[in-house]
Amino acid sequence: MSKSIEVNDLNVYYGSFLAVEGVSLKIEPRTVTAFIGPSGCGKSTFLRTLNRMHEVIPGAHVEGEVLIDGNNLYGQGVDPVLVRRQVGMVFQRPNPFPTMSIGENVLAGVKLNNKRISKSDADALIEKSLRGANLWNEVKDRLNAPGSGLSGGQQQRLCIARAIAVAPDVILMDEPCSALDPISTLAIEDLIEELKEQYTVVIVTHNMQQASRVSDKTAFFNIAGTGKPGKLIEYDDTTTIFSNPSVQDTEDYVSGRFG
Amino acid sequence: MTTITTPPTRPAAPIANTLTTGILPKPVPWIILGGSWVLVGILYGILAGAGVTSGFDIVGTVFFGTMLFVIINYVASRVYEGPRPATNRFVTSLVALAFIIALLPLISLLYTTIANGLPRFDLSFFSESMRNVVGEGGGALHAIVGTLEITGMAALISVPIGILTAIYLVEYGRGHLARAITFLVDVMTGIPSIVAGLFAFAFFALILNQPGIRFGFGGSVALSVLMIPVVVRSTEEMLKLVPNELREASYALGVPKWLTIVKVVLPTSIAGITTGVVLSISRVIGETAPLLIIAGFTQSMNYNLFSERMMTLPVFVYTQYANQGIPAEAYLERAWTGALTLVLIVMVLNLVARIIAKIFSPKLGR
Amino acid sequence: MTTAPATQAGPNRLKAKQRPGDRIFSTSTVVAGSLILAILAAVTIFLIAQSIPAFTAEPDDLKGADNFWVYVGPLVFGTIWAAFLALLIAVPLSIGIALFISHYAPRRLAQGLGYVVDLLAAVPSVVFGLWGITVLAPFVQPFWSTLVDLFGWIPLFQGPVSGTGRTILTVAIVLAVMILPIITALSREIFLQTPKLHEEAALALGATRWEMIRTAVLPFGRPGIVSASMLGLGRALGETMAVAMVLSPQVLISFALLTSTNPTTIAANIALNFPEAHGVGVNVLIATGLILFVITFAVNFIARAIVNRRKAFSGAN
Repeated sequence: MSKSIEVNDLNVYYGSFLAVEGVSLKIEPRTVTAFIGPSGCGKSTFLRTLNRMHEVIPGAHVEGEVLIDGNNLYGQGVDPVLVRRQVGMVFQRPNPFPTMSIGENVLAGVKLNNKRISKSDADALIEKSLRGANLWNEVKDRLNAPGSGLSGGQQQRLCIARAIAVAPDVILMDEPCSALDPISTLAIEDLIEELKEQYTVVIVTHNMQQASRVSDKTAFFNIAGTGKPGKLIEYDDTTTIFSNPSVQDTEDYVSGRFG
Repeated sequence: MTTITTPPTRPAAPIANTLTTGILPKPVPWIILGGSWVLVGILYGILAGAGVTSGFDIVGTVFFGTMLFVIINYVASRVYEGPRPATNRFVTSLVALAFIIALLPLISLLYTTIANGLPRFDLSFFSESMRNVVGEGGGALHAIVGTLEITGMAALISVPIGILTAIYLVEYGRGHLARAITFLVDVMTGIPSIVAGLFAFAFFALILNQPGIRFGFGGSVALSVLMIPVVVRSTEEMLKLVPNELREASYALGVPKWLTIVKVVLPTSIAGITTGVVLSISRVIGETAPLLIIAGFTQSMNYNLFSERMMTLPVFVYTQYANQGIPAEAYLERAWTGALTLVLIVMVLNLVARIIAKIFSPKLGR
Repeated sequence: MTTAPATQAGPNRLKAKQRPGDRIFSTSTVVAGSLILAILAAVTIFLIAQSIPAFTAEPDDLKGADNFWVYVGPLVFGTIWAAFLALLIAVPLSIGIALFISHYAPRRLAQGLGYVVDLLAAVPSVVFGLWGITVLAPFVQPFWSTLVDLFGWIPLFQGPVSGTGRTILTVAIVLAVMILPIITALSREIFLQTPKLHEEAALALGATRWEMIRTAVLPFGRPGIVSASMLGLGRALGETMAVAMVLSPQVLISFALLTSTNPTTIAANIALNFPEAHGVGVNVLIATGLILFVITFAVNFIARAIVNRRKAFSGAN
């Protein structure tokens, strides 16, 4: 299920504007990797290049390569739709489909692609995915209720269940807790801990405590100034980044002396 | 409604609140209003009694009474409160007056339509045509059928074109083509309805080579020209309301763009789109001028959109009024009943649109 | 732009495989959009094609006018004059109504009142025509005759007064009622968009409600009011049935508001004469329609230009 990610000298552009420059890193399977850095440093942009979601924005394109288990996402003839089935994504704000029930939301990846699925398989998939997202016990009696009726934290876990129902190899999370209260955040963090048993997880976060709590490795991104491209400054074990970073900028940032 | 500009005061306060000094008590404007009406009423009474005017004039009383109120209210406020609050009160009464003036034609129009339309609002009006009818009797069945067929066909043409165009503009459109279409939709919104009728006529007269052509389908085309921009605009608004997050969520699940549009974007906005479509139908169903030109008028039933003249309800109203026979009463009554039917259809469509918008829209707010 | 990275540039330009579903769907939307281009092109081309014979028409087909331009002149005048009068009545009223709904009426009532005004927009024009001639015209006739008695020395109000009330001023009132809803709806939208901060700043300085509206709401809404009025003008220019039914047709240029000889409009003239027209007469009427199209196009174009310029400066979007 889980796959490694290797990024080689990746540049990301919006039109002619260079947003992220020269990122190279390697992410091992079954790990949690956190991207930290100040706002606008390109960490979310970079995360979105890992499943080609950045192409949703007109004019966005990349140079360089992203290899998932050796397969280049940006090779000739690669279908971004298929890429996204292998690399799932969870967004900053929970976004369940408002026209669908909780159960349908979990099945969205299957149903939206017009795939036929038997009732029993569907039920099994719903239960498996919701259990995987630690949400089963809370919603098992109201699978037909609308997803928008859940609390923010539950909605976010529903979105995670929706992502894992497609059986991806990698799960990307773009500040998944920034719209949630501390208790919901804790639930998500526990869940991330469990998800790494099966998936490669990459998470962007503004919260350094969260990065230190959940991640095995941490990448620090920074930006030299407005209009300059974001760069990967340092990438190492989380403990190293937070206790003994090798770059002064990283130390300033993690210790709160930044800017 | 006229003057609620005074801040809340506590009339029963044992000690006079210094903040309320220099402000007219709340009921004063209403007392002035009533007083003005009574005053003018008495004046009218005296004039009528003296034989200067013929009878008591309620319209004049209310009109001049209200004018008097506006002036007295201003003067009283100016003396007691000062020039600034006085101006404020003056404007407040003008603004409220503007609203009431706008209501008058609506009320009068609905009242006359109902009062004049009810006498012939009977079974034969909805079950008979005007074939071989001279004078009394007859009905508008042929016109109702024509209206339903022509408008239905217009909707059949406009809705797919309109919705697909809106999808193009919101989901795909970039560059020159999208800008050109946006501009031209604006232009189309401003086409006078009679010009749409002339276009349909000019078009079919030329390509079918029949200089005096009249048929129902031409009417549908003319109405489509008027309807398409409305559908495009309203659908566009609704599609723009669908949060981008939902599209992204769908893409992130590996769903292709077209399925995302068909299965996520459209279902989320379907209530709003339907409302827009119903409202656009209600807008064109009352169009008279283009149908007068290209669909023509007839006294007989015609179910075929593609040949011969076809009667429609608005044109029925117009021709009954314009070509009155003997007795004129019968023609006028039919015209009013047609108008009543038309107004009812439009009102029902509007109501349906609002209900759809209220009930079926998904709750996007979090 | 997801599945087809069409915007991909640079050396490693990607050519992702196209899904048939995507291609069919996006093509059909492009076709629908292009159809709109085609329709407008067709409107223009066919109207022009059918108009050409009119420009060389003989006086017989022009009701005695020497050439087409002599024929259409009074109609253009009547069209613009009636629409202008309607606008003169409708704009102040609409601003008042819009302010009433946006800033005076209680919040809970405001939306309902908006619907009520929108109901006016839903009434078909033929019903307005019927109402105008059977209710409004007899109702206003005494007022008109008083006006002529008192102010007959002003050319606008010169006599003799029409005995039926079917005058251009009556038509202007009907047109005003018909364009009220559109001007009101747009002005209301603009007024509601006034930045709350500006309004509160004015109120906090001790301004009365009217002073707040004068200093914060109206300056903000001015371009919106202008463009709403232009759109209303466009609507009034093209309005057919109400004019055709209320006025008895005359072809002349006159500023007198209250007499029984009134200039008619292009649209009304077409509606009244088209059913009986034949031969070149049809082409003449279509040509007048073309001129109406050009006039409304110009008015709407100016209105849109104002709206768009405002958008660029407001930063709201």
